[in-house]
Amino acid sequence: MFFTKLKRVIRYGFLNFWRNAFISATSVLVMVITLLFIGSIIFISAILAASLDGVRTQVDLSVTFIPEAPNIEILALKEELEARPDVASVMYSSREEVLSEFRERHAGDRIILQTMEELGRNPLGANLTIQAYNPESYQDIAAFLEPEMALGGGENIIYRINFRDNELAISRLTSLIGAVERFGLVLTVALAFVSVLITFNTVRLIIYTAREEIAVMRLVGASTRYIRGPFVISGVLYGVIAALITLAVFYPMTYWLGELTENFFIGLNVFNYYLENFLQIFLLTVLSGVFIGGISSYMAVKRYLKI
Amino acid sequence: MIYFEEVSKMYPDESLALDGVTFSVEPNEFISVVGHSGAGKTTLLKMIVAEEYPTSGSVLVSSEEVHKLKGEAINRLRRRIGIIFQDFRLLSHKTVYENVAFAMEVAGRTEEEIHSDVPHALELVGITRKMWNFPNELSGGEQQRVAIARAIVNQPEIVIADEPTGNLDPENTYDIVQILKRINNLETTVIIATHNTGVVEALNNRVVVLDSGKVVRDTKCPNLIV
Ligand SMILES: Nc1ncnc2c1ncn2[C@@H]1O[C@H](COP(=O)(O)OP(=O)(O)OP(=O)(O)O)[C@@H](O)[C@H]1O
Ligand SMILES: [Mg+2]
Repeated sequence: MFFTKLKRVIRYGFLNFWRNAFISATSVLVMVITLLFIGSIIFISAILAASLDGVRTQVDLSVTFIPEAPNIEILALKEELEARPDVASVMYSSREEVLSEFRERHAGDRIILQTMEELGRNPLGANLTIQAYNPESYQDIAAFLEPEMALGGGENIIYRINFRDNELAISRLTSLIGAVERFGLVLTVALAFVSVLITFNTVRLIIYTAREEIAVMRLVGASTRYIRGPFVISGVLYGVIAALITLAVFYPMTYWLGELTENFFIGLNVFNYYLENFLQIFLLTVLSGVFIGGISSYMAVKRYLKI
Repeated sequence: MIYFEEVSKMYPDESLALDGVTFSVEPNEFISVVGHSGAGKTTLLKMIVAEEYPTSGSVLVSSEEVHKLKGEAINRLRRRIGIIFQDFRLLSHKTVYENVAFAMEVAGRTEEEIHSDVPHALELVGITRKMWNFPNELSGGEQQRVAIARAIVNQPEIVIADEPTGNLDPENTYDIVQILKRINNLETTVIIATHNTGVVEALNNRVVVLDSGKVVRDTKCPNLIV
């Protein structure tokens, strides 16, 4: 009996969906908008996470050694740094590399190049570029290197420690992105919430128009589950169809936005992101649709079952 | 079969719809409940299927106290009673066939039973031709026939009809009365509420007269009082 009833409930769920085609189309449309918001949350947070990561790799600590510093000591210090848990990477540039890089950078500046020629030797020291996992750690790393500073004379080998020149801009950008991330999250969650409410009310309105029929079903002796079943099935169907439409809309949408985000933000192409994470996005969208459609139908019918 | 014991009903707005109603209905009886508008006829019928609850007193149907039933027990009671409304109340998104089948599905009947019984019930009320139409494609008289088919398809012990002919012309009214009589002859208890004197005369059965929620007359000879 259970399976007979289940079969009937599912059949009527589908039939009601087709027979109320216009109403079904309306709720599917409303649901598509909701799911677009929910899907956008994924893309926006992916973009923000990527750009935040991108900015973080732009921050580093540059340690310049005095030209006389012995290589062995520099490499020993490098190893020491690499052993620290907060250090992501340490890159070593030899004196020669630093010099050729300097030359390249000032390729158009004849006076500087001429001065270098006249000097007759390499005045530049070797260099370590340190990247931390976390921007907050640079303070600690700098403090760790402090005793090696050559300013006090003696055996010390470090000539200068500094953040890259864009330090200030980066720290501002980091906090800006952090704020945008939080604000964006709050905003999209709020929008998604509002559109879930709208969906819920649309479904409630549909079921409100069926309230007298629900009363008749009760008086004929139908159980609450048997009455509610087809409504929930229709609701789930709205959700599934809306999810498929949403996923289809995302395809051209991310395609158009793909190059834009790739250039504008730090290297994330949302189209590729969509394709690479299709399974997760598919599941999230479909499950959200099924959940919203099913739950809102379930709750909306509830209040008319009291007879 | 049905017992009303000192049943009173006060609606939340203080209107007293039933006032100490006591009477009983024997199996296979055909009863007409008559009375002015607002006398309490609909309220009385609603008591039988637990659509309304009495303020005091009790209603028994086949020795079950209706208003003490809960959940699935109420559903089971309702499946043994066929209800017919003045405004038909068919399910608008189901075909004629599905409307009648619905009552059987609810009662947990198999597809085979439904396939054989639904056309039979539709034949009894004379509307087999419109089996696959939707209710809005039928006339009032046709809709009421479908509603009756739905009410009787489970072969209920009791059929309740609240103003079943209220929206119909004399010809259809006559047909519906004949159908109800036939149902009664098939060993079903029938209770109808009406203020159509023609119907009461045509039935020539027991009549219970309500006035302001009280039973003021209960007679086997309706032609004397109407
Ligand atoms: N839900 C309700 N809330 C408040 N009062 C109600 C309600 N239903 C009915 N009543 C009142 O109870 C009384 C009896 O109503 P009922 O519907 O039983 O009368 P009736 O005999 O069926 O009338 P009619 O012939 O017009 O259908 C009326 O005074 C009516 O106003
Ligand atoms: Mg009435």
